[in-house]
Amino acid sequence: MTTTPRWRALTQHHLFWPVAVLVVLLLINVPFTPDFFSIKMTDGHLYGSLVSIVLFGSPLILVAVGMTLVIATGGIDLSVGAVVAITGALTCSYISDQADQDSLSGVFLALGIGLVAAVVCGLWNGFLVARMGIQPIIATLIIMVAGRGVAQLITDGQIITINSEPYKLIGGGYWLTLPFSIFVVAAVVAVTVALTRRTALGLLVESVGGNAEASRLVGIRSMRIKIMVYVFCALCAGIAGLMISSNTSAADGNNAGLWIELDAILAVVIGGTSLLGGRFSIGGTVVGALVIQTLTTTIYTIGVPTQTNLVFKAAVVIVVCLLQSPKFRAKVFGNKFGSGAGSGAKGGGTSAATPADTAPTTAAAPKMEVS
Amino acid sequence: MAEPRPVLEMTGIVKEFPGVRALSGVDFRLFPGEIHALMGENGAGKSTLIKVLTGVYPLDGGTIALDGQSMRIDSPFQAQQAGISTVYQEVNLCPNLSVAENIFIGREPTRYGRIQWSRMRKDAAELVDRLGLDIDVTAPLSSYPLAVQQLVAIVRSVGTGDSDGAGAGTKVLVLDEPTSSLDRDEVLELFRLMRRLRDEGVAILFVSHFLDQIYEICDRMTVLRNGTLVGEHLVSELDQVGLIQLMIGKAMDQLEGLHEHQLHAEVGETLLQAEGLGRTGGVAPFDLEIKKGEVLGLAGLLGSGRTELARLLFGADQPDSGKVTIGGKQVSMSAPNDAIGAGVAFCSENRKTEGLVPDLTVRENIILALQAARGWTRPIPAAQRDELVAKYIKALDIRPANPEARVGQLSGGNQQKVLLARWLITQPKLLILDEPTRGIDVGAKAEIQKLVVSLSEEGMSVLYIAAELEEVLRLSHTIGVLRDRKLVARIANGPEITPTRILETIASGEHQ
Amino acid sequence: MSTATKTPTAPDSRRTPSRAAQLLGDRRLPVVVTATLFLVMYLVGLGRYQNYGFGEPQVFLNLFIDNGYLLVAAVGATFVILSGGIDLSVGSVIGFTTMLTAWLVEKQGLPILVVIPIALGVGAFGGFLMGYVIHNFEIQPFIVTLAGLFLFRGLCLIISKESIAIDDSSVSSMAQAQAQLGVGFLSIGAIIALVVLAIAFYVLHYTRFGRRVYAIGGNEQSALLMGLPQGGTKIAVYTVSGFCSALAGLLFTLYIQSGDPLHATGMELDAIAAVVIGGTLLTGGSGYVVGTLFGVLVLGLIKSIIQFEGTLSSWWTKIATGVLLCAFILIQRAMTARKKT
Repeated sequence: MTTTPRWRALTQHHLFWPVAVLVVLLLINVPFTPDFFSIKMTDGHLYGSLVSIVLFGSPLILVAVGMTLVIATGGIDLSVGAVVAITGALTCSYISDQADQDSLSGVFLALGIGLVAAVVCGLWNGFLVARMGIQPIIATLIIMVAGRGVAQLITDGQIITINSEPYKLIGGGYWLTLPFSIFVVAAVVAVTVALTRRTALGLLVESVGGNAEASRLVGIRSMRIKIMVYVFCALCAGIAGLMISSNTSAADGNNAGLWIELDAILAVVIGGTSLLGGRFSIGGTVVGALVIQTLTTTIYTIGVPTQTNLVFKAAVVIVVCLLQSPKFRAKVFGNKFGSGAGSGAKGGGTSAATPADTAPTTAAAPKMEVS
Repeated sequence: MAEPRPVLEMTGIVKEFPGVRALSGVDFRLFPGEIHALMGENGAGKSTLIKVLTGVYPLDGGTIALDGQSMRIDSPFQAQQAGISTVYQEVNLCPNLSVAENIFIGREPTRYGRIQWSRMRKDAAELVDRLGLDIDVTAPLSSYPLAVQQLVAIVRSVGTGDSDGAGAGTKVLVLDEPTSSLDRDEVLELFRLMRRLRDEGVAILFVSHFLDQIYEICDRMTVLRNGTLVGEHLVSELDQVGLIQLMIGKAMDQLEGLHEHQLHAEVGETLLQAEGLGRTGGVAPFDLEIKKGEVLGLAGLLGSGRTELARLLFGADQPDSGKVTIGGKQVSMSAPNDAIGAGVAFCSENRKTEGLVPDLTVRENIILALQAARGWTRPIPAAQRDELVAKYIKALDIRPANPEARVGQLSGGNQQKVLLARWLITQPKLLILDEPTRGIDVGAKAEIQKLVVSLSEEGMSVLYIAAELEEVLRLSHTIGVLRDRKLVARIANGPEITPTRILETIASGEHQ
Repeated sequence: MSTATKTPTAPDSRRTPSRAAQLLGDRRLPVVVTATLFLVMYLVGLGRYQNYGFGEPQVFLNLFIDNGYLLVAAVGATFVILSGGIDLSVGSVIGFTTMLTAWLVEKQGLPILVVIPIALGVGAFGGFLMGYVIHNFEIQPFIVTLAGLFLFRGLCLIISKESIAIDDSSVSSMAQAQAQLGVGFLSIGAIIALVVLAIAFYVLHYTRFGRRVYAIGGNEQSALLMGLPQGGTKIAVYTVSGFCSALAGLLFTLYIQSGDPLHATGMELDAIAAVVIGGTLLTGGSGYVVGTLFGVLVLGLIKSIIQFEGTLSSWWTKIATGVLLCAFILIQRAMTARKKT
């Protein structure tokens, strides 16, 4: 039985379950599409189901990566869908006003304008959350509501179509036989990982999300950290907005990025980052986003009507959340989490021990804090 | 009727938690029309006894009898139904509702399911009036200060169990530290209400850390220590020194000679000077001086303001008054950052909620303070980080000696060492240790104390807070004594200073 | 409102909060602000579009007719938000109800009177399930109702990807029925909405259940320690919201006479915005359902004004809603911050 400890170590790795789900989903496709895993070279471009999954999943991966950091600080950002729409609208409307839509300098300027708008949205969210102390759900609701209106205002309610070769590259072009957007995603993920793990940002983010009061007492300037993650999240959403509008060569203020915030949150949760904040995993989020995209593809290939997609997603949300709920685990899998005396001891694995949680139910600690 | 029948009789109460026997065979009785103090040091079992009585914890052994009737109490709701009401230190009311609603919610007068607002307001007003309080029952609770909210909580608990009004329903009223954040006038008002209820025949169980208040308001007291009953006394028959001896568990003469001074280092020039530093509801304005290499011990009962004083020196709470100079420079102390920048480090007594980030590893927890000071852009180089962490894991003997272990899974002693390591690598000038030895085993305790001595020898100043007097005396150059949220004395340690002397100071509030 | 009908007399100055604090602390203030805002907007509208018939009483009544379904949905959302929760599934449940109704009436040939209770029951049951999961497994309402949003929108699409028009005569006669008020008329939908509002007001202020909703929103931990049956209340609140959403869906079906899988997309945001603009604290425990009425009316009036303006486009509604939302969130923040000190 020498494999047992190794197997256990494997299953306990934080990426095990997301990857397992992804692999199973991919395998389900094989009986229906035998050449599911094959990748063909046509016209110097690689084609295949796997390539399309990554390609179509690119905007979601971007948004979800940004969302991961926000959630790790214990927050949430509902405005990313609106930011996607605003960025796409601004960029496309600027390009469409150009005499020469293929001009590189014009396209770069347009990208800059779009991304600056995204950063402004992020600053606003960060200001409301960190400076004004408004709950993240509420603070980001404002741009979620108003943002689409702004995007439509920019496009004048129309779908702006453009015809710009350089711009088309971002979301629909190919480079070195692969879709260019895969490189964009790889770059953003690499930058994020470097930013969080090569600097101390990741540690401080996890500390703020894991125990806000302890972080204050250790001297972390959590206000700055929070503003930074909201800006970063909006920036990621902005890049996703560029990608979506580039892919369709059009900006649709109404529908671009619709519900992407919900998919992104779902991807983060599937990836193993707790909604309560604390430990986060960029890799997990990427896998989580791929799971969602694969789910869509799978539903399509196995011939189930595509409209059931949303119902499956609902099921995934519920299952993942139930599995993360300490109370559910205690009820279903029995009391193996060592809950102590009294009822409803929160003995689960997540970082439920926020300062607010020192309710009378935390009786399990052997050392009583006697008044 | 020399001794009336007790309204409440708890006999042989046993309560166990995994690995700990919190109460072992405690007897407790409460007579109608008395105010009874429950006394004991930290960990004596006061809270546990109250929670057993009010149905928060199930009983592991013993019996509870109310009015001579043996009974089981399985939930706070059941306790209320039986006539045992509790008011906690934290006001457990809904601030968004009106005073009248807070008094009556859950048992509002209704007719055909419709709440009769006018009747409810009238009843509430009458109840409040009858208890001699002057509160507008239609105003939202949040418009009143905490002290009034506390009174409302008492009014509610008195009215509980009887929708027609007062008194009759409640036999036992438990007041768990209601006075800890009230000022003097507010305390007097509370006492007026308590006396009135007592005169109506309610038995009141009162818990407070303020000895003066106990002696002012209580008729009788029960003293607990380490989960056992030490004694029941009439307040008039036990003086404060005697009470403290009972609580701490050693007769005065027993305390003598227990401590030996382990201090060698001479102290240097002044490091920190606080003048008139204070915070209402925390600790009264005080002056304090800490010298380089000095260990300043704080003695005082739990709740006497030890932690509050330490938090002010760290900027964890904002002071209302006073100023702090560290190394000759004035420091604003509006946030922990200011204090950390000036070389102050603080290990909170609440390791779990205010110290560690349980999800992070030992290594991450250890470097957190240093990293926070460097900012996110300048990570500690991996080699240097690993070396530092390894050094402190070894020096403090943190087990498991695995920097990758999740800190939440470590034992209490090792968690404490992780916290210590976190601050030590920042090389602070002043290290504040609030109950660093609480809840950890004897070996770890000794190691931490040894560490304090060697740090002091190296020139670090330490503010040391501990419940055990011997511990404070053994380590400190100077002892600050706190009583009822005031720094009442500063005593230079020496062979003539004994626990007895300190106890007397705590009891009397004066040092001769 | 009922909690404090008379201003407290002040026999003792120490005890009675200062006037300014009282004004800012008064929970009715946001409702008054919103009502005033509505009035000002209406008067401005009168001034600007007098000659275009803005002054017609029917224009005013149309606010109720055109927004009746939103009012019902917002009333349900008020319950949830008062209890300190949030319900993102509102729009999806509305959309699903339109689909279900249209499908049952048109494709299954059921009479509308049979369909109505079925639709209401399904909505209420959906709400109950979400409340059950939220309470029993301690999962954030946000994420559970998000699953509800996906689920009901998905169920819409499973019924049909295409829009289903309703030609049933009894439905269209119901839709066209008008109650004459002398100066104008109201539709059945508007009347039902006002009845729902009145019932909600009664329930919130004159029943123990209603007060428990406030208590839980004020301080959940306290409500538990005060011995209030908190779980039941929480589940009930989401059930009410589900029911109201389904009813709103029925009114929407009457209003638009079709079922469409994309009906009412994002309407949860309108409902939440109306509740917040109506002065209910998003953190729970404070607010009035009457405020929600004004919130809905303000949103409706924005739409009307934009129509009358002619040059303005529909997206200004969203922008104006967002700006108002922001303003009211900041006002709320100022109020709660003041209360803490």
